[in-house]
Amino acid sequence: MNSFESARGFLQSMVSPLQYLATAPKQMMNWAAENIVTRRQLIADNEQYKINELAFHEQALQLEIVKKENERLRALLASPLRGDAKKMVAEILSVDSDPYTHQVVINRGANDGVFEGQAVIDDDGIVGQVLHVGTTSSRVLLITDVTHAIPVRISRNGVRLIASGVGVIDSLTHNHVPHSTDIRVDDMLVTSGLGGKFPEGYPVAKVSSVVQNESHAFARIQSQPVAKIDRLRYVLLLWPEQDEAFASKNLVDAPVSEGKSE
Amino acid sequence: MSLSSYLIILLTFLVALMASIMPLPLSVDAFRPDWVLVVLLYWCLALPTRVNVITAWVMGFILDVLLGSTLGVHAGAMAISVYIVAGNFQKIRNFSVWQQAMIVGVLSALYHLIVFWLQRFLTDAIFLPSYLYPVLTTIVLWPWAFLLLRKIRRNFRIK
Repeated sequence: MNSFESARGFLQSMVSPLQYLATAPKQMMNWAAENIVTRRQLIADNEQYKINELAFHEQALQLEIVKKENERLRALLASPLRGDAKKMVAEILSVDSDPYTHQVVINRGANDGVFEGQAVIDDDGIVGQVLHVGTTSSRVLLITDVTHAIPVRISRNGVRLIASGVGVIDSLTHNHVPHSTDIRVDDMLVTSGLGGKFPEGYPVAKVSSVVQNESHAFARIQSQPVAKIDRLRYVLLLWPEQDEAFASKNLVDAPVSEGKSE
Repeated sequence: MSLSSYLIILLTFLVALMASIMPLPLSVDAFRPDWVLVVLLYWCLALPTRVNVITAWVMGFILDVLLGSTLGVHAGAMAISVYIVAGNFQKIRNFSVWQQAMIVGVLSALYHLIVFWLQRFLTDAIFLPSYLYPVLTTIVLWPWAFLLLRKIRRNFRIK
């Protein structure tokens, strides 16, 4: 099965020149639209960015303190420290995909270290995971695809759920949720990190409807992805934190060694 | 059959493949005609010894990789549609362009339905009438594609 995946990757690399060629006119239009901007527009944008930067910088100062505090607390609890994951920006190649699936093609491939199953996010939340990897382009399966499911938890109380795609761009569904589950409309769902594909704590969706009709076996929960899946242009590829996996292994070993020493 | 005529046939296929993955506004996207099928059908009617079911399968396979669908879905549908034409090319050749357009429409509908059936088998897709919109544009496209490709064939003396 894995060897076939490499064949698929090879095929993806073979056709990627066609994809780059097909997307060229659109890129040219984008380039033109970006270059033909009035001076006034640029000045206005620049001012806006300066104000934003000030606000973000202020938050970053706070974050630095909170981060240090968190690290100290985690050290006290002997929990693994969370390092910064490696990230890479990728651009969406606007090529058409099968109408029966939700996929996009990005301009990064095996040459950039992309691997199958890698998590893909945008500035708001989880977008999907890498499906096929070519040398210079790869295909991303979106969370709204019918064949995709992602483990999540409610950030308010930590209840675990699975968010499955239904093939509609603005909706995810949650199967097998008992009626008694504490879940409300507008609850934020974040990745739980279970399953090991997606790093923990990234926002995925917001609960949009909860129907707890006792005549059905389970509650009917719908949620709306927070990532702007229908207007993606740039996405971030995440690499798993290797040192964390290493640290948690140590953590498992820790009680044993303690027992020995005593 | 010289090398250059093979290259020209290949070039028409490349253009058709590119047209079928070119980004389009969402409102027009559902009406995207089956470029590859039209080009395949033309060459299959004109030169059935050169372009036939195997070419159709290969083009469908490339389309599968380009569109990211399960490998073989478009390949199978394309091969079956072209098989029907390859078996009846002498009859279809003698029809007028508009009659041909109707036949191409039926084949395009068959192609889309086979793709839909396979997808339904794989992912429980439900049928939407919009899956058959490309049939209309393909019917309209056929006369123009036919005239253009015939011009190309005569101009470069592809036999």
